Amino acid sequence: MASVNNSSNSSVWQEISTDFSGDQRVFQLSWGKTMMWMFLLGDVFVFSCLLISYMSVRITTTAEWPNSADVFSLTIGTQTVPLLLIAIMTFILITSSGTMAIAVNYAFQDKLRRSQFLILATALLGLSFVGMQALEWSKLIHEGVRPWSNPMGASQFGACFFLITGFHGLHVSIGVIYLLLLAKKLSNNHRQKPENRLSANAVEIAGLYWHFVDLVWVFIFALFYLW
Amino acid sequence: MNSSTGITHQTPPPISLYLKVWLALFILSTFSYMVDYLQLQGMLRWGLIISFMLLKASLIVSIFMHVFWERWALIGSLIAVPTLLISLIILMAIEADFIHLNRLLFFAH
Repeated sequence: MASVNNSSNSSVWQEISTDFSGDQRVFQLSWGKTMMWMFLLGDVFVFSCLLISYMSVRITTTAEWPNSADVFSLTIGTQTVPLLLIAIMTFILITSSGTMAIAVNYAFQDKLRRSQFLILATALLGLSFVGMQALEWSKLIHEGVRPWSNPMGASQFGACFFLITGFHGLHVSIGVIYLLLLAKKLSNNHRQKPENRLSANAVEIAGLYWHFVDLVWVFIFALFYLW
Repeated sequence: MNSSTGITHQTPPPISLYLKVWLALFILSTFSYMVDYLQLQGMLRWGLIISFMLLKASLIVSIFMHVFWERWALIGSLIAVPTLLISLIILMAIEADFIHLNRLLFFAH
């Protein structure tokens, strides 16, 4: 069988056609991992719909779009730094992705204690991300931004902001619950019957979800906050 | 089972790899933040923002989500399907431009 990393161009296509045409499972993964990928692929389309709609309304509106660097600035003492809170949120989410990746790695090495600790750290970072988002929401609501209006210019700005960041925040919140449940199950793992024990595969699947949430934020950060 | 099925059946990559990717993501995020902080404008701004975004996305997907170690049947499916979205983006951009033009023409007076 051709291996992934050193396959030349022709064997790439050979491998794809062998996998799809043979009388066998196409995706040689566990069902859980396959289903998580299918779910994430569906989620890709949901977030694309939101971001493409945002592109559309931003192009079509004749009102002026608010400058995000000013809207999301933070004043510390006397100095106003643009996008500071968003930058901190970005670094926190990247860090949480890093701790999750290492947690998956420890799970594969059978070091479940360390893995569990890192999963809890990831959940904590995710929770602080949601907290900062709540802060940002209340700041904008206080300034009069609503899903249907916006005192700073184009009213579509409010709709896009609350819908896109709200839907992403919902994903982070669900991810935090997911990770906490996973950590709880891992702590009971040694008391379970062997057939009921979680494998490293379960941690990897949770990792896929969490990295996807980070991935979506990469696009939101670039397209909504920086554009 | 095939021996080249995903990361599960291989020795897991060293943790230093994840730390390197993490550092790279940090640096790329700082760069994209600097684009805004330095108030770069025009094609330079959009070019830099988009390239940093795509670089970060590919690092997350390939290393953190282990796609680099998966078989090509999965990699191909994951790349091919979202690629179709590019046509939707192009269509919607063309239509939105048209609507914007019409609004300028008819809302002006």
